[in-house]
Amino acid sequence: MRHILSILVENEAGALSRVAGLFSARGYNIETLTVAPTEDATMSRMTIVTTGSDDVVEQITKQLNKLVDVVKVVDLSEGKHIERELMLVKVRAGGKDREEMKRTADIFRGRIIDVTDKSYTIELTGPTEKLDAFLEALDRSAILETVRTGVSGIGRGEWVLKA
Amino acid sequence: MELKPPAITETGETLTGAEVVMRCLEAEGVEYVFGYPGGAVLYIYDAFAKQTKVRHILVRHEQGALHAADGYARATGRCGVALVTSGPGVTNAVTGIATAYMDSIPMVVLTGQVPTRAIGEDAFQECDTVGITRPCVKHNFLVKDVNDLASTIKKAFHIATTGRPGPVLVDIPKDVSQHTTRFHYPEHVHMRSYNPVVKGHAGQIKKAFQLLLAAERPMVYVGGGAVLGEASAEVTELVRLLNFPVTNTLMGLGAYPATDKQSVGMLGMHGTVEANMAMQGCDVLLAVGARFDDRVIGNPAHFAAGNPTRKIIHIDVDPSSISKRVKVDVPIVGHVRDVLHDLLALIKGTKDRPDPAALAAWWAQIATWRAKDCLKYDRASKLIKPQFVVEKLYEVTGGNAIITSDVGQHQMWAAQFYKFDKPRRWINSGGLGTMGVGLPYAMGAKLAFPDMDVACVTGEASIQMCIQELSTCKQYHLPVKIVNLNNRYMGMVRQWQEFFHGNRYAESYIDALPDFEKLADAYGHVGMRIDKPGDVEGALREAFKLKDRLVFLDIITDQTENVFPMVPGGKGISEMILAEDL
Repeated sequence: MRHILSILVENEAGALSRVAGLFSARGYNIETLTVAPTEDATMSRMTIVTTGSDDVVEQITKQLNKLVDVVKVVDLSEGKHIERELMLVKVRAGGKDREEMKRTADIFRGRIIDVTDKSYTIELTGPTEKLDAFLEALDRSAILETVRTGVSGIGRGEWVLKA
Repeated sequence: MELKPPAITETGETLTGAEVVMRCLEAEGVEYVFGYPGGAVLYIYDAFAKQTKVRHILVRHEQGALHAADGYARATGRCGVALVTSGPGVTNAVTGIATAYMDSIPMVVLTGQVPTRAIGEDAFQECDTVGITRPCVKHNFLVKDVNDLASTIKKAFHIATTGRPGPVLVDIPKDVSQHTTRFHYPEHVHMRSYNPVVKGHAGQIKKAFQLLLAAERPMVYVGGGAVLGEASAEVTELVRLLNFPVTNTLMGLGAYPATDKQSVGMLGMHGTVEANMAMQGCDVLLAVGARFDDRVIGNPAHFAAGNPTRKIIHIDVDPSSISKRVKVDVPIVGHVRDVLHDLLALIKGTKDRPDPAALAAWWAQIATWRAKDCLKYDRASKLIKPQFVVEKLYEVTGGNAIITSDVGQHQMWAAQFYKFDKPRRWINSGGLGTMGVGLPYAMGAKLAFPDMDVACVTGEASIQMCIQELSTCKQYHLPVKIVNLNNRYMGMVRQWQEFFHGNRYAESYIDALPDFEKLADAYGHVGMRIDKPGDVEGALREAFKLKDRLVFLDIITDQTENVFPMVPGGKGISEMILAEDL
């Protein structure tokens, strides 16, 4: 099962490696990881996507909570939540394919943010599956480069994760 | 490096970082610091020389410093403290840190680091201490500013000693120990990210209480957490009130008196038949500060499948130890002593007791397992049997000594044959299984309790891993007794090779052993060599009579003796091999 863990950590040197080290030392997998300071500059928020049975994820959560730098951990996938990932895709867009590429980007609500006569760079935001679907909709040979941020997640409604 | 001006709330004298370290140790009531000097910690060593309150014990290898601090902590329940220099000082200390971490021992490790400006430049004796030790500490800090030093050390002691205890490391660059600051030692620590749960959930405790009263085949399983959590009295009271059988893990020995009739002995890979069978066959299991280690329950799938209706109650201060290997029915997160206290209040508040007829039948069943007498060995042997030596050690010391052990067959024999009636009398490396701990452990214990008999049960392979500490024992007059069960093999390795590797004793035979008698003599101690069963008791008595001397008893034991019962790795704990099966 795919789980999205949202973690508040002290914004201190080494906090990220403690979290990453915990996963590697115990043989857990990190699928994606995003991290940045929060509105409170003393704290960072990480979103980690991982897979595992409920027992494994329970153990991961407990182990994370044990880290002294970790302030709070929630499994966003346990409740209603929103997740977004940012992708930048550089695609071949010359000649007869140029219009088609623009149309496909529009359909996926992508924005073309850089243009040359032979290429577009498209910015796309959405849940992981939407970004995957966009890539599948393209001709593979048209894709020059992709870069993705990994998932950021937040709970729906008025529920907030606070220290 | 620029110094921040001290905050206006801070008052006190201006001290160097090194002097701050001393004041902090003093404020924490630290008696001993075990360490080894080097370039990066010279300011701190200089500060040692200028005070008299904290005593430094110079070991001969950093590993010895860590194990001695650990032994001191295990014997006293207080926080052990070690101090080593940067680079190789730290890397030598890692084994000791990992050993303490695995057994949840409260320790503060102070390490020197190259000056802050040199960090990251591959300076002489630089290594990434925080990085290297991260997986084997409860937490670690790099102090970059002398103004943060005192509060960081305060946090270190707080984290090391609360919740599930563990080693905490503070890495101090050389310039930080040299720079000055206004000294202020905070009284309290507040960390929003660190708030261990102490009090158990009342609803869960009530569920546990109801399960215990309804039990027909109960079992109490007591681990090292009961020793660390000082819950021995509560465990004992509960077990006696309910007339339940009780087993201790290797780390839990002494938490419940081994000589008591309700004790079924140690369980696990080398546990007794009665303990393992009762563990496997019980209908309600109360686990107290124990973590269902692989050496305790063997294969978890077998443990679960062997008795699917068994209900498990687990009390532990560390939530991540609960349902880690075995699914638990009633988890109770909290300090074991507090939780047992609440549980006892419920039990004492009612006259209801578990069905006496069912309990009687359960005890009768346990008696049939006990009748197997699984720890029997050949008492008529002309060779010295190691089990016999431990039995005699128990008799000679009246069961009142602190026994440290190394790791191997001798460790299991000591655990099986010395009857520990009190906690903190049995000191060994359970989790990491570190060879070489025995002698430094004995040093730490002897410094803590100079009037008690302290004996290190070891083997000729283990003792050689930290044998240079005989020199430390000489310097500080630490008259411990070393009981070397010398079978000229790495015994446990040989036993496994015999059972699982077709008797191919690859590299487990130790040729070219030293003459331990002469070795002890060379270090200024008393050496004795004993090779006849009839001489064992007399030699032990003589050794313990020599109150002021370290005595190294080199006891030449039966080379082929094995530890029984034995559960092969990966099997269930009821699948024991007994001596008589072979």
